[in-house]
Amino acid sequence: MTQSRVPFYLIVVSLVVAGLATAWARHVEMELPFWPGEQRPVWLVEARVDFQATGGQVLVSLDLPDNPPGFRLHTEHATSPGYGFSIIEERGDRRGEWSKRDASGPQTLYYKAQLIGGVPGTESLPGPEQNQSQDPGPTPKPKSLYWEEPQDTAASQLLSQALETSSSPESLTRELIKRLNNPTGDQNASLLIEEVGSRSLLLERLLNQADIPARQVMGLFLEDARRRQTLTPMVEAYNGEEWVLFNPQSGEQGVPENLVLWHRGGESLIDVTGGRNSGVSFSMIRQTVPAEELAIAQFSDSAFALLGVQQLPIEEQSMFKMLFLLPLGALVVVFMRIIVGLKTSGTFMPVLISLAFLQTSLLPGLISFVVVVSLGLMLRSYLSHLNLLLVSRIATLVVLVIFLISMLSLLGYQLGFSTGMTITFFPMIIIAWTIERMSILWEEEGAHEVVIQGGGSLLVAVMAYLLMQLPLANHLSFNFPELNLVILALIMLMGQYTGYKLSELRRFRAMALEQEAAAESGKS
Amino acid sequence: MKWISPWRLKKLGILGMNARNRDFIARYNSRSRYPLVDDKLKTKLLTEEYGLATPALRFVVSEQHAISHIEKQLYELDGFAVKPAKGSGGKGILVITGRRGDKFVKASGAEIDIEEIRRHMSNTLAGLYSLGGKPDVVIVEDLIEFDDIFEGYSYEGVPDIRVVVFKGYPVMAMLRLATHASDGKANLHQGAVGVGLDIATGRCLKAVQFGLGVSVHPDTKKPLNEIKVPDWRSMLVLAARCYEMTGLGYIGTDIVLDKSRGPQLLELNARPGLAIQVANGLGLLPRLRHIESLKAGLHKTPEARVDYVMKAFAEALPEDPAAGPAQKIA
Repeated sequence: MTQSRVPFYLIVVSLVVAGLATAWARHVEMELPFWPGEQRPVWLVEARVDFQATGGQVLVSLDLPDNPPGFRLHTEHATSPGYGFSIIEERGDRRGEWSKRDASGPQTLYYKAQLIGGVPGTESLPGPEQNQSQDPGPTPKPKSLYWEEPQDTAASQLLSQALETSSSPESLTRELIKRLNNPTGDQNASLLIEEVGSRSLLLERLLNQADIPARQVMGLFLEDARRRQTLTPMVEAYNGEEWVLFNPQSGEQGVPENLVLWHRGGESLIDVTGGRNSGVSFSMIRQTVPAEELAIAQFSDSAFALLGVQQLPIEEQSMFKMLFLLPLGALVVVFMRIIVGLKTSGTFMPVLISLAFLQTSLLPGLISFVVVVSLGLMLRSYLSHLNLLLVSRIATLVVLVIFLISMLSLLGYQLGFSTGMTITFFPMIIIAWTIERMSILWEEEGAHEVVIQGGGSLLVAVMAYLLMQLPLANHLSFNFPELNLVILALIMLMGQYTGYKLSELRRFRAMALEQEAAAESGKS
Repeated sequence: MKWISPWRLKKLGILGMNARNRDFIARYNSRSRYPLVDDKLKTKLLTEEYGLATPALRFVVSEQHAISHIEKQLYELDGFAVKPAKGSGGKGILVITGRRGDKFVKASGAEIDIEEIRRHMSNTLAGLYSLGGKPDVVIVEDLIEFDDIFEGYSYEGVPDIRVVVFKGYPVMAMLRLATHASDGKANLHQGAVGVGLDIATGRCLKAVQFGLGVSVHPDTKKPLNEIKVPDWRSMLVLAARCYEMTGLGYIGTDIVLDKSRGPQLLELNARPGLAIQVANGLGLLPRLRHIESLKAGLHKTPEARVDYVMKAFAEALPEDPAAGPAQKIA
């Protein structure tokens, strides 16, 4: 080995790494699935606002979820006949506003949102940057509040007891919830609950009194096919770094997987001007949506999406779908010729045949290919008597092949096989050249060689087809075209292979046998 | 056993296709020199320039319109060979041994008329026999009057000697004998008999047909172990000189023995096949590695190189050409 192979292997390794790393990054960033047909749970949540319009102008404002932890908003829309609807964003807080000039009687407004569950990175706790986007200030301040006299003492006592047995905002909250949940054992707690009315509200006040910023939030527990659900009040406490959610009923810390934080901080959940007896209820269904579709819809403006071809018009996309499969076919050809040592007629004709098979499906494609080539060979044997120049002979063959294919298609159509039509996907010129080459091969080396080379081509074509039609191969090559770099590396590696071909193990077998026999006789 | 393990093949020193392509052809044959051998017309002119013995070039047909008045030139010749300049694997070679009235007699004895020769030439010009279908030219050259020594060995065709030359050293040789099965052609895969020749003496080492050992010619039944190529050293020198002429490190030279003019270079091949190993019953690799290990410039002249290999690569001769050379085992 005179030249160093190190640069070559560096190239190969970097190709593999680049291909896999890009694919992995896109998988992680864009949530493009590696497996085809992967489904993602999507919750379709419908908020229904009912109220009695008093006649006159109506303005309904509903707080809408924005980036609830663990979820991502996929689509949203509102259906309410006769109402104008718009989404207003104010200091990171989104609200839906319905408006109507004149309304009276019972009114129903709907807001529907598709929420993708199981969004990684934000599983249980809201991340700091999400909070920052929601809160105007860098650190929230505890609210100042006033208690009436008897409550004031009760609250202070309750707090000091809880403070004694706690060390952090989280543990304090837990201690408080414990005491509130057991009001019979604690007179202060029962008194306060009675006064304030709701545990979550009380918890919020107590925390604020303890100089811990806290706020009441409204969460929606997701359960498939539930109707008329209401929001569950929860409390978020700020531990100095981030908001931590507490369930005041159970004392559970963190956001459960099936909970959407619908209303966080900000103003009220719903404001209705020009109506009364307003109420919000929720219905929900669990849907499944192909993960691929979701990823493409969500990240169409991501930098990683630039690498994908999904942004192109559909027509170009389908072209790329074929194009990105080609390296796989080339890989099969390289493998079959270098490692296995199969003879094919024309180096990459098998790939072209297999691409045609992709359009026609295997059996009809195989039959029509064999029929067209055999009929072509018959015509060609007549042509050789006509003594034409080569170029015009092949041109004649091209025209004849087109006639042949049209006739077969028409015949197939009359007989009721629509597959007859798909035969047109075969590249005509290539078929004509194949026929010409095989005909010469037949004349010069006999039918045997024609069968070997033709059979080899078809075998490689079928293998390439079988590989290329795999849903996984389709999915990966189209969604992760960068994986073709790995195929490229494999092809280059095989180009370095100097070992024996599989066919040579047969070709030279007699030699070994004879030498063995000679060695045996030499010994004896 | 239908298969042989790659380790056994390696132990036998068999050169595989991939190793040949990468380790020898790609490394020792510079791309720019390929046309010298891929275009037989260029080879021919170069051969004549270097003064190597080769069948004389009669004329060249390079235009389709020249074909219509070809008969005058053809009728002047008794026997001739029509070849595509860029053909490969012996494709498109038409050998005319003589004339019978208006008809031409092919090597096989069949008669053809001038029209058929015209069509053949026309096809050749259009690129039917050339690699990749590129336009070609037709070479018409003198026929070899092959030596009587091979009488009864070659059936309906010219026996030729293939010598693989590596870095100017002839490393392995075989005699190719046409058979009825090979239709007068000297291609081993079509059924020609390959006779491995001892580099030292030009004697038969082993003979094969379709990859299997044979002792007698399948058509004439002549025993093959009696074969000894005369004028062996000058044949090897002719082959070795092709290295200086082409600058290609790994070539196959096809040489025929003319009755009166001695060894004649017929053509060169920059990608010689591997069948020579089967015909010799020996792997090429040990010899190629041996040559690779030699100091550069050790043997300055073709003659010196031939003398070297005649000593270095001598094989013990077997009784039965079907069995091959006796193993050098203790």
